[in-house]
Amino acid sequence: MTAPRRRTRAFLLAGILIALLIAGVGSYYANSSPDGLEATAAEQGFDSTARDSATAGSPLADYATAGIDSARLSGGLAGVVGVLLVLALAGGLVIAVRRRDDRAAVATHD
Amino acid sequence: MHVPDGYLDAATTAGTAAVAAAGVAIALRGARRELDERTAPMAGLTAAFVFAVQMMNFPVAYGTSGHLIGGALTAVLVGPWTAVLCMTVVLLVQALVFADGGLTALGTNVTLMALVAVAAGYGIFAGLRRVLPAGRTGVLTAAGLGAFLSVPAAALAFVLLFGAGGVADVPLGSVAAAMGAVHLLIGLGEAAITVAVLGAVLAVRPDLVRGARGLQVAPELAPRPSAAQPLDLR
Repeated sequence: MTAPRRRTRAFLLAGILIALLIAGVGSYYANSSPDGLEATAAEQGFDSTARDSATAGSPLADYATAGIDSARLSGGLAGVVGVLLVLALAGGLVIAVRRRDDRAAVATHD
Repeated sequence: MHVPDGYLDAATTAGTAAVAAAGVAIALRGARRELDERTAPMAGLTAAFVFAVQMMNFPVAYGTSGHLIGGALTAVLVGPWTAVLCMTVVLLVQALVFADGGLTALGTNVTLMALVAVAAGYGIFAGLRRVLPAGRTGVLTAAGLGAFLSVPAAALAFVLLFGAGGVADVPLGSVAAAMGAVHLLIGLGEAAITVAVLGAVLAVRPDLVRGARGLQVAPELAPRPSAAQPLDLR
């Protein structure tokens, strides 16, 4: 592996670690007030038309892990699972979509 | 900003689902031009990062919170078409696994946060890049303004959809005023986070920021990746 590639790998790993820390630890300290849309809906009187999503029974619904009482652990675990899931799905998608033609890649570096 | 099921009627919901599907299909083609061996891992990381930061609701006025949408940030980091795909994956996981945003409303949320927020954020960014000085400050200013305005743009798009097919019978003008006011405030947070994250990436790896191409002046004397590999002369 060349030095710049190793540096890129270190950057990506650091980024993933930061995302895991934000979702796994930081999210516990997030503000729990209703968000802008929820607050507007309540104030304007259209919040009552909201229906539960069909996925409301998911074991990770509302960023809480079913069966874990500690809010810190329950939310943190949900966040970590979410980060890894998004990483796998988005990473897989963009790798499937990316160009395989290395002529183009070489051209951008020259 | 995640729209739950039930706010919009079936016709409007179906309409946004069609718009979202068309937008994602076009983005799949456009992203092919943006993604290569180097940028694809960065796109995966950006999506995961946006998911994480979206969990960090910050307080805004009147007992209300907001969180990053990330459309502008993602578009500046990895390109607008790839950003549409990244945002769509985030919204899909949130709707399917975390019940955040409705399931039938997924198309609505993709339209608002993956299409409108990215288009507004990146459009403003790209426009300002032409008129602002070419340096780092210019990039950050353009990205910050794009991020700021992308939030009220998405909120306004929701208001238009609500006007077209809101289930509740409430005056549209007051919904627009309330949505606009609170999302201008949330936009300030969006801009602050976007500028902070972009500033940090620009400080360590400016070459990984797609929207800042042409900005970097060979940060180090390290050999470029292509130079270290056998050249494919075709």
